[in-house]
Order: sequence, then C-alpha cells, then structure tokens
Amino acid sequence: MTSLVPKEQSSERENELSSEEHEDFRLFGLIAFLIADGMTFAGFFAAYLTFKAVNPIAPDAIYELELSLPTLNTVLLLVSSFTFHRAGKFLEKNESKQCQKWLLITGVLGVAFLISQMFEYFTLPFGLTDNLFASTFYALTGFHGLHVTLGSLMIMIIWWQTRVPSGRVNNKNKFPFEAVELYWHFVDGIWVVLFIILYLL
Amino acid sequence: MTISVKPSNSPPEKLQPTGWLKYLSFSLDHKVIGLQYLVCGFLFYLIGGSLAGAIRVELVSPLSDFMPREVYNQVLTLHGTIMIFLWIVPVVNGAFGNYLIPFYVGARDMAFPRLNAVAFWLIPPSGLMLITSYFINGAAQSGWTAYPPLSITTPAAGQIIWILSVLLLGGSSIFGGINFIATILKLRRPGLKLMQLPMYCWAMLGTSILVVLSTPVLAGTLILLSFDIVAHTGFFNPSLGGNVIVYQHLFWFYSHPAVYIMVLPAFGLVSEILPIHSRKPLFGYTTMVFSIMGIVVLGLVVWAHHMFTSGTPPWMRLFFTIATAFIAVPTGIKFFNWVATLWGGKISLNAAMLFSCGFIINFVLGGITGVALAQVPFDVHVHDTYFVVAHFHYIVYGGSVFVIFSSIYHWFPKFTGKMLNENLGRFHFIITFIGFNLCFAPQHWLGLNGMPRRVAEYDPQFQLINQISSVGALLMALSTLPFLWNIFQSSFYGDDAGDNPWNALTPEWLTSSPPPVENWKGEAPLVLEPYGYGEKDSKEPQEQIK
Repeated sequence: MTSLVPKEQSSERENELSSEEHEDFRLFGLIAFLIADGMTFAGFFAAYLTFKAVNPIAPDAIYELELSLPTLNTVLLLVSSFTFHRAGKFLEKNESKQCQKWLLITGVLGVAFLISQMFEYFTLPFGLTDNLFASTFYALTGFHGLHVTLGSLMIMIIWWQTRVPSGRVNNKNKFPFEAVELYWHFVDGIWVVLFIILYLL
Repeated sequence: MTISVKPSNSPPEKLQPTGWLKYLSFSLDHKVIGLQYLVCGFLFYLIGGSLAGAIRVELVSPLSDFMPREVYNQVLTLHGTIMIFLWIVPVVNGAFGNYLIPFYVGARDMAFPRLNAVAFWLIPPSGLMLITSYFINGAAQSGWTAYPPLSITTPAAGQIIWILSVLLLGGSSIFGGINFIATILKLRRPGLKLMQLPMYCWAMLGTSILVVLSTPVLAGTLILLSFDIVAHTGFFNPSLGGNVIVYQHLFWFYSHPAVYIMVLPAFGLVSEILPIHSRKPLFGYTTMVFSIMGIVVLGLVVWAHHMFTSGTPPWMRLFFTIATAFIAVPTGIKFFNWVATLWGGKISLNAAMLFSCGFIINFVLGGITGVALAQVPFDVHVHDTYFVVAHFHYIVYGGSVFVIFSSIYHWFPKFTGKMLNENLGRFHFIITFIGFNLCFAPQHWLGLNGMPRRVAEYDPQFQLINQISSVGALLMALSTLPFLWNIFQSSFYGDDAGDNPWNALTPEWLTSSPPPVENWKGEAPLVLEPYGYGEKDSKEPQEQIK
C-alpha cells in the first residue's frame, strides 16, 4: 500500500518534490516474472509431451537416457535448496560468516550440477539434431541449465556481498538475498518437473 | 519493510534534459515514457500504413505488376508485424497505460520506473532491426504468423531477424505487464478499493495477466523455431520428424490472447471516454469488471479456433467452437453497457466521441463475423480468405485504432495543455470512417467468393471489388493528413485547454495540463466515484469528490 507523506510534513517542504513511501514490492514483481518464466517452461513441456504422444521416433533411433547422473543432479539441486534456506536463517541472525559458508556450499552445489550436466551431455549417445527427442531433450535441459548458470552467478554475487555484517546484503537489506533464494527454489522446482517428465515418464 | 522512493531516484533535476529533449532521454517519468510510446508507435504506424498502401496498390490489378511476389510477401509480413507489435500493442498498453494508470491509482509513478524505461527503449531498436532486415537479403516472408515449414524454407536471415525482433518486443511487453500488475494491485492509494478504480485499470490488469501468461509461450516457441532455422533441428520440420501443428498450437496460445491484448485496453479507454462526453455514469460497472475478467479466462482457452483446417480432431473443434461462442457473452455485455451509457446522455459529438461511436459500430460488425468464423462449417469455407482479413481489420483497426484516435483527441489537452481543432477532428473521423468501411467491408464478399489472402495475384473476376477496396485504403491514407496537420497546428497555436476542459472526474484531470513531474503539486486527490456524472453534474466537478 502506498502511504503518502502526511500533510504536516508535506507542507513544510512545499516547494520540494514530495517523495513517497510504500511497501517494498520488488519480490511481488519477481514472482510475476517467475510466473512468466514458468510459462515458457510450460510451453516447452507441452511441446515435448505432444511430440512424445504424436510423433513416433524412428525404431532405430537412440533415445534411452541413463538415470544415475540425473538422479544425482536432482539430489544436488534439492540439497542446495536446503543449504540456501539455512544460509537465510544465519542472515536473519546477522551471522555473516555462517551465512557465507552455507551460501558457498549452495553455489558449489549449483556449479557441481552444471559440471555433472555437461558430463551427461558429453557421454550421451545422441547429438542435438539426431532426432526429435534429442532436440527437445537438449532444448529443455539447456534452457534449464541456462537458468542454473545465472542462478549460480547470482549466488556468487550475494556470497561476496554478505562477506561482512555491514556489507551490502545484511539482515536489514535482505532483498537481493530473498530474490536469489526465490529464483533458486523456482529453478529447483522446474528441475523436478523436468526430471519427472523427461527421465521418468 | 518499506522503501522510500526519492523522486525517480534519477540524477538531480539540473542534469536531466528539459523541453522536448527529455522525450529522447532515458526518462523515468511515466508521463514522458507514455508519450515516448505514443509517438514512437505512431511513427511505426505511418511506416506500416505505407506498407498497407503498397499492398492495396499491388491488388488494384490481378497480376503482380507493382512489385515481385517475394517483395509482396515481405511487405505483408512487415505490415502485419509492425502494426501489431510496434503500433497497437505498445500504444494501447504502453502509451495510455503508462500515462494514465499512475493517475488512476493515485500514485506518483509506476511501481518499477526503471523497468518501465527499459521496456520502452527495447522497442525502437527492435523496430529498426525489423525494418532494416528488408535491406539485408530480404525481410521475413512468412506472414506475422511465421508458420513452419514456410518460415523454415524461406531465406533465413530475414526470418531470424524477425524472430529476434519479436522476442525483444515480447520482453518489452512482459516487463510492461509486470509493472502494470504491481502498480494496480500494490501501488493503490490507501482508501481506494479495487472496485472504485476507473475501468481502464481493470482492462489493463486483465491485459497484463494475459501478457504475463501467454507472451512467454510465444518466446519459447520462437526460440525453438530459430533452432530449426539455424541449427537444423526438426521441432517443426516434418521432413526431420517434427510436427508443424505443435507450432500452431503454441503460436496461437499467445496470438489469440494477443487480440485481447490489443482490444481489452481499448475497451477500457472507451469506458473512460463515453461517460465524460455523454455526462452519464458508466453503465454496469460491476458487469464490466466481470466481463473483462471473463474475457481474460476464456481468451486463454479459445486458441484452436484458428486451426480448424489443421486437421484438429472433432472433440477439439467442438470444445473450441463452444468456448469461442461463449466469449461473445462478456463482449456483448460490454457492448450493451456502452450503448446504455450513451442512452439518454447529454452527448457532445466531438471528435473523441465520434471515434468512440465509430469503434462501437465497427467492433460489433467485427464481433459478429468473429462469432460466424467460430462455427466450424463456415470457417472451413472461408479459412485463409479475405473474409478473415476483413474480420481481423474490423477488430484491430475499426476497434483498437479508432479508440487510439479517440483517446488522442480526448487526452491531447492533458498531454500538451492545448486543445485540438474539433472541426478538423470531425473531418478526420468522417474520412477515416468512410475510408475504413469502403476498404474492408467489400473484402467480406471477396472472402465469401474464395479470394485467398496473402497472395499477390488473384482471379480477374475480383478486380472491381479490389479496386473499391483500394479506393477506401487511399481515403484512409489521406485521412492521416488532417490529423497530422491538426496535431502540428494545435501544438503550437491551439487554444489553451486549462486543467479540465471536459469537466471530467477522473484523477488525471484534477492536476495541471500538462501535469507536473510527480503528477500533483500537493497530495494526490482521492477519487472514489470516477463516474459520478448525472444529477450532480450541475456542480463543479471538484466539489463532488469526497
């Protein structure tokens, strides 16, 4: 809600431009953006499922996936969500050392996910243009990987910004931390859906 | 947590450009951004209109003698893309939305001013990119729908630039949508309830929900399409095992709501203009709100009526026919509410009112052909003919563009502090209305008799009707001249408008014209009855505001 400057105050600085105080709704904007981002994924998922239902893959095409690496990836991302949450708890108490430690673990888990994903890409028996399944697989995981890359970068940035209790991100200015955390949980959630649809279904 | 917003958080006043230069700067003032959208959109309208003129010149004779067929395809693609993504969507949403919404919710700026400026400044570069693609190996040739496999087999450079440009414009649109949702829901003045907002806020809220939900799907689809073109994947390429129908589904999941993104804000603007110029409250406020939200929900589940000839299964045809027929109900409610608003009012037939009435007439005609097109047997008959062209232009030109002109006549005094010349405006309306109907009404006959759209050549039996249509197009082109002269002349020599020339009650009129930075000198007025005209009308408008 907007709360405009009370009258007594505004009269004393009549010639100035009045400023206005309102609730911080940057997170609200971020949620709206994540809904939009989620719709992009929804479009991809819908396309993938329709392809799967309607377009038969040639019988000699290779499209089986190994389950071990993606399961490891799922665990990595889920654990990273918990470590991020833990970092948030320490930020609340303004213990920047502990907060930084857990943020670093989160970032490392994110990077480990990317490395493991790369490893999977290099060991898979099919390339981007081999068949429709292969193309959709790379498009979906690649688009998600792009999100993880951005997320990991942002985690590293807020890790740097929390290095001292009086740093840019602390328990008084939590927005950057909260925004990245929300984004990271979103990316995790998308991965779980992606894992179920792409690997298990 | 609260954050304090300094006036725009921008460089000190002295460092900011003043006068007309501020319209070329990265200004964070919502009013400046709104006018940037409007002027930029109008320049693109002139370009898109010239392309439409080229199409009509080509169609004067049955042979492709004015330009080669490939160029004709490029011209019609550019015409469609420019008119939709660079003129109507940015103007009905970006221009009027940015200018009016902060006033209507009693705020001093949009919720995210920087994001707002970014959203605008994505538009000129992507528009220029789109137009210059014509000079690099030819522009895209596959129409604004870019259906594969056509878009995959035509020259790649133009198509890729087209995709990039539409992606940027989609991003701009999403940023704008997020901003509008946050502004309307979160930045409202305390004491102002949602059901007390002017109707345009509701229209923009509905539109922004559609933008946020559907535009990303188009973006994803176009990314896949660009993979098909550049990396030779086979998502939508049947020869590589892909599926073209999936593209159509995803494309229309955005592009049917896109019609509502173009026309819902126009509904909102008309609902602001009609009560003021007929001195009556808006009829049926609550039903208006619910019909807007009904259109938003239904608008997301009617897309496959564009695909009745794409081998859709019978159950799908049935579902989408029924859903489309249902959408006529909220639209009809709005239509009758506007008529009831006018009924018995003290109507002043000025240019703004005339254009709004023109909108009502054209829109109901376009709506009727729309319901007809939703019926499968009829649609199969006229699919991809000039009947569809006529229907579409009745909605977006007869609907949205008429409202844009109406709104310019209505809000120009607020934008500049000068009145427009009413007689020139009425003249502009008469030529536009005659030209528009002369141009597009005959195309219904062309379509019913089977003239396909998007083809440079046609059967000689259609020549006479095509020539009539082209004469209409010429009138529409000429109608721009009195408008431009009016804008130019009135900006410099027009009568002073005063703060509230229309005796209106909505908050944007309760400040000076043009409004100061931050909208009001003192505290923002709390307008609880934006449509309280009528018996109280004898009093001064300000007295009625509690």
